[in-house]
Amino acid sequence: MKKIFSTLSVLLLVAGFTKAQEVIYPAKENKGRIYITNGTVHVGNGTVLENATIEINGGKITNVGTSITPSASGATVVDAKGKHVYPGLILPSSDLGLKEIGAGVRASNDFSELGDYNSNIRSITAYNTDSRVIGVLRSNGILLANVVPAGGSVSGSSTVVQLDAWNWEDAAYDMDGGMHINMPSFINRFGRRGGIPPALLAQFGIAAGPADPAKAALDKVEEIKSFFRQAKAYLQEPTHSAVNLKFESLKNLFNKKQKLFVHADQVKQMLIAIDFAKEFGFDVVIVGGSESFQIADLLKANNIAVILGEEHSLPATEDDDVDQPYKTPAALQKAGVLFALNDESSNTRYRNLSYNAGTAATYGLTKEQALQAITLNAAKILGIDARTGSLEAGKDANIIISEGDILDMKSSNVTDAFIQGRKVSLDNKQKQLYERYMYKYGLK
Amino acid sequence: MRKFKLLLSGLLFAVMLQAQETFPVNGVADKREGCYAFTNATIVTNAQNTLKNATMVIRDGKIVSVGSSGVTIPKDAVVIDCKDKYIYPSFVDIYSDYGITAPARGAGGFNFNAPAQITSNTKGAYGWNQAIKPETDASRVFAVDDAKARTLREVGFGTVLTHVKDGIARGTGTVVTLANQNENLVMLKEKASAHYSFNKGTSTQSYPSSVMGSIALLRQSYLDAQWYKNKPAKEGVNFSLQAWNNNQSLPQIFEADDKWNDLRADRIAKEFGAQYIIKGGGNEYQRIKDIAATKATYILSLNFPQAMDVEDPNDARSVSLGDMKHWELAPTNPAAFEKANIPFCLTAADLRDPKQFLTNLRKAIEMGLSENKAMEALTKAPATLLGVYDKVGSLETGKLANFLITNGPIFSDKTTILHNWVQGDKYGVKEDAWSDIKGIYTLTLNTPSGNINYTLDVKSAAAANVIGKDTLTGKFSHDGKLVKLSFSTVPARRPAAGAAAPAAGMGGGGFGGARGGAAAAQYRLSGVTNGNSWNGLGEDTAGNKITWTASFVSSAAANTDSARRRPNIPQRLSKVTYPFDGYGWEEAPKQESLLIKNATVWTNEKEGKLENADVLLKDGKIARVGKNITDATAKVIDGTGKHVTAGIIDEHSHIAAASINEGGQSVTSEVRIADNLNPEDINIYRQLSGGVTSSHILHGSANTIGGQTQLIKLRWGANDEDLKFKGSDGFIKFALGENVKRTTSTSNNRFPDTRMGVEEVLADAFARAKDYEKAMKADPKTKRDLELDALVEILNKKRFITCHSYVQSEITAALRVADKYGFTFNTFTHILEGYKVADKMKAQGSSASTFSDWWYYKVEVTDAIAYNAAIMHKVGLNVCINSDDAEMARRLNQEAGKVVRYGGVSEEDALKMVTLNPAKALHVDDKVGSIKPGKDADIVIWSDNPLSIYAKSEQTIVDGIVYFDRQKDAEQRKKISSERFRLTQKMIGEKRGGGAVRPAEPSFQILLSCGDHDHKDGLFTIHSEDEVNLNN
Repeated sequence: MKKIFSTLSVLLLVAGFTKAQEVIYPAKENKGRIYITNGTVHVGNGTVLENATIEINGGKITNVGTSITPSASGATVVDAKGKHVYPGLILPSSDLGLKEIGAGVRASNDFSELGDYNSNIRSITAYNTDSRVIGVLRSNGILLANVVPAGGSVSGSSTVVQLDAWNWEDAAYDMDGGMHINMPSFINRFGRRGGIPPALLAQFGIAAGPADPAKAALDKVEEIKSFFRQAKAYLQEPTHSAVNLKFESLKNLFNKKQKLFVHADQVKQMLIAIDFAKEFGFDVVIVGGSESFQIADLLKANNIAVILGEEHSLPATEDDDVDQPYKTPAALQKAGVLFALNDESSNTRYRNLSYNAGTAATYGLTKEQALQAITLNAAKILGIDARTGSLEAGKDANIIISEGDILDMKSSNVTDAFIQGRKVSLDNKQKQLYERYMYKYGLK
Repeated sequence: MRKFKLLLSGLLFAVMLQAQETFPVNGVADKREGCYAFTNATIVTNAQNTLKNATMVIRDGKIVSVGSSGVTIPKDAVVIDCKDKYIYPSFVDIYSDYGITAPARGAGGFNFNAPAQITSNTKGAYGWNQAIKPETDASRVFAVDDAKARTLREVGFGTVLTHVKDGIARGTGTVVTLANQNENLVMLKEKASAHYSFNKGTSTQSYPSSVMGSIALLRQSYLDAQWYKNKPAKEGVNFSLQAWNNNQSLPQIFEADDKWNDLRADRIAKEFGAQYIIKGGGNEYQRIKDIAATKATYILSLNFPQAMDVEDPNDARSVSLGDMKHWELAPTNPAAFEKANIPFCLTAADLRDPKQFLTNLRKAIEMGLSENKAMEALTKAPATLLGVYDKVGSLETGKLANFLITNGPIFSDKTTILHNWVQGDKYGVKEDAWSDIKGIYTLTLNTPSGNINYTLDVKSAAAANVIGKDTLTGKFSHDGKLVKLSFSTVPARRPAAGAAAPAAGMGGGGFGGARGGAAAAQYRLSGVTNGNSWNGLGEDTAGNKITWTASFVSSAAANTDSARRRPNIPQRLSKVTYPFDGYGWEEAPKQESLLIKNATVWTNEKEGKLENADVLLKDGKIARVGKNITDATAKVIDGTGKHVTAGIIDEHSHIAAASINEGGQSVTSEVRIADNLNPEDINIYRQLSGGVTSSHILHGSANTIGGQTQLIKLRWGANDEDLKFKGSDGFIKFALGENVKRTTSTSNNRFPDTRMGVEEVLADAFARAKDYEKAMKADPKTKRDLELDALVEILNKKRFITCHSYVQSEITAALRVADKYGFTFNTFTHILEGYKVADKMKAQGSSASTFSDWWYYKVEVTDAIAYNAAIMHKVGLNVCINSDDAEMARRLNQEAGKVVRYGGVSEEDALKMVTLNPAKALHVDDKVGSIKPGKDADIVIWSDNPLSIYAKSEQTIVDGIVYFDRQKDAEQRKKISSERFRLTQKMIGEKRGGGAVRPAEPSFQILLSCGDHDHKDGLFTIHSEDEVNLNN
């Protein structure tokens, strides 16, 4: 009895520190020096430095190496002995902060707007820095995310955010860096050619798809192209009697300050994306790319980057290799395609990004290549590699420290994270509930 | 024009209708006996008996006599010389809806977004379910439809069994001939059959919404009808049950339409002492042994799939090898039945165009079906089954004069059906082919300037050349009586490219008219043929009227139209594999004695993890575990650097079933996953590749009390029965919370709509079960209720619950209902707030089966935490990690790895969460779940620590049989690729050879789930409940 009591009092003490989600604070700016010492440093570009030190000053990485001695005065030293140090992970395409609870709570969903040509829509204006998902992602090493709108043929622009902010204005890390379009499907899932039979669809009031999906898709592509052609012409002329916000918002795409993200999985969709790059001179990134392994050489030849969709997926066809989605990253790597990995799971809410990379490492990538696919490659694709994506001097101090290999679930416990040099909280609601019920049962 | 003529001939026959005695005559009586004698024919009286040079006499619609000799030709007989002609009994189609208007479906049905229709919309004293309508009587709704009759007559049918193809119990069928007579006269047997299916058709009632629901409804209907025989006062009058009972003495025909459905239907029949005649799906050759074991008679459609247009490699990619193989092998289906000695009939049902019937039949014969068997399957077999062989099905005295006259052996490619006689009336099919007009004729034109002679070379009824100085191609047609011929006097010549149209006058000047733009001047002749001499009227090239004659000179040089069959060129055909898809086995893997040496062995027993240890597998069991084991007979596997664990057991899975959710009602304990297992789900193989050896296939979560579950072993290639984990306890799925109250529906009208109601559904069900149990004990004649039977089993600890649940309130409420009614919740599945009430669950002895890190995909999982498993484990619950997802099931070992990361559970305890703990939860830990001598040899050899992301299963072994081997898998991929290439080329060849092709149809994989959350599927996967409920 006595023993139970004492355990209880210890736990009470612990419980006393527990904060509600509402009092998990964004970290204050850190102007001083920080040294992360003695860690195994995974730079993010393929290099691994054993027993290395990272020097941070004013939010930036100022030095990385094995022969750095922390300066004595006023500096914070984080001992990473026996631990692994990585660049902060980047979630390259997500509805984070736009979709709170996907099913059953329409009010909490702001990721898909009405309309077909929504180039003027900006995801950042709805990004909720207080989403409960964010804290969970931080504690799994994800420090940056590209927040992407959905819906329509042209969905609007995405913004890269850092995941420790009071409000979307200070969350914005790279504002409106991508314009997103959805390639029409060349496959008909609803009725006619395979898929769900039209008679059955009719019972539920769903219209059957077009009889010739390829033709319908090509017609749609022509319509989308026409939209961009008109926008281009519009932008040649500085003044207009009627301002067109949809066209105005494409200025940065045409002057290459913005990239075009084409959401496409099928081969023909991706070939059309290449065609977009050729006709308009856009920097094109494919998002999805489940069939990209089939045309990896063409993607490479045309400098098309790929953000692969959920790797933990079933093979596309019954006859596909049972591990095809797991080894698609290796196929892209082999062909020299610039690619990033993603986590789109709506059940785990994107927390397994590093394990998607781990699977890629099991099926053909080296561990450092796999890491690069969720750090430096993602930064390159999002156009932020000058500022982040690797642990190199001059870049923002976006860093995580893990007890073990971040790619392997059983060892990937993240102990510390820094965003722009700020040591951010790794607390989240899940950890709090864990403590609450460990307390209830008197467990340690 | 031709069509018009056919129509006319139809009208003519209408005039000749044999008037009925009771019907008034408008005009002058015109009774005819219709006596005909068909002489000099080859008469095939039945499949076994052919008479050469024979005669058949018919009168009043019946056969009077038939024979090669001794047949007296009555003086009043119209004699038809059938020299070179063949006479066959016309075919009987046992599976038709001829003369029945297809019922239309109203709005309704069950899906997650629509209101439910709980009761039947049928008005009257009928049964409770709109899809059970045994009272339907096809003979009462049948109406002669000569347009449809003609299409069937043209391919050789004379008699059909027709019925209303709608609903699960479809009522009775009626046998009618295809004569264009009053309905009264064509009906041979009013009620000849009773019909059933799994498809509820136009019923808009919510229940049943799945294959297993249809099965349960059929089973319950048998029980209800049995009980109704004693006219229970409580039921009042129930026409449906009354009709059900009355129909039982008829032949029972079940439309199953698929090889597995065939077996499912047959099991129902056997359970209730019936024997179905099963309408198959054309894929039975893929499991012919199982089909033979049903001992049923089958009805086979000749609806063979068309080749697909796969010239575009992207299109080709979307078509599965299974579908390509089926295209190639479907025509072998009837032959497979014959070879396996399974009785069958053939039907024209399901054909895209009934005209294909003979073509496809000939294809089936080319693929090995014997002609005798084909004939029997179209005549005697169906007639005998329907009890009308005394009237149709062969050519014998006294039978109906239903027969075909052809110009050659019926199954030969070149043969044409000339006449189809039904009940003594002639229906011309192709009159113009009666006489062989091919040959050389002298054509004489009697022009004003004298006779001009040409040689007319008639190639066919539609082609002839006119030969003068040159060979002149003309337009020629001959329809048996009337002949038309037009030809230009100049030889055919292609106009020069780009040549201008000839000047207006040029064509008119007789000879020398140019072909091209304007028509050249032509002779245009028409007339009547009369045997070997033809004559008629025409116009010459200048427009003068002329007469003409033609007379037969000689037969064409070589008669290429002989009845020879195409030589049987041996083709390379796909092999039937088990399962019938790319990864199926040509030869099933065998049980082996295996000795794994020097591995890290995770025993899950008190010995813990053994380094450098050996495991011996023998006779499907684990024989020994330890060091330095030797066995001379065993095949040695080097386990150096490898890890060996018990096979993974997935407590919550929805693979390998034809349907998962019966959502039509809130309590559906009568449905059973076991009734609709699908052993060909590719996800079985994919999960073997992830080390899974057993899966608990659960009903979905559409309702509070769902269906009975089935534990299976992943025996890839087995049939549905052999997939089952033998000797395991029965379980049932319950569900609480958002799904069962249909939260995502904006129009729910099905009780319950809140968690308060969910609790009461449970209470009510068990209160009813207790009353039922008492009533049964008091009076064994109490109506058996399959729904309550299952609940009574729970009360008697013969069946155990696995309950989908999320939040603490509903879990507590469920536990208290269980306390009150004296049962327990064996397992709570999902249970993402289990950590909040772990102590309460422990008190009831419940297991917990959860996700490692799922959360926040809906409101009831906002408090889900990744530490859930760890807390429950530490409280002392038996904790499992499950998949509920066909993709994630391939990585369950790694999901267990997450429990090490979230909450610090030891590696060995974490591994148990996907092996031993689910075995305990499922009451099979005496057989599987650990590496212990005597247990089943369900073993995985991993490349790495099994909890690591880097671990791959190298071999997955079930019952000592290696079902997955990564090296063999690599070889199989090559095989798939080469076989796909061969079949793609063959399909392209078909297209280039002018064969009919359809656009490539992607082979979508239909994935079922509990309808609870999203899944990450491939491009060609359709998620049933995400998109639309497919179970109807």
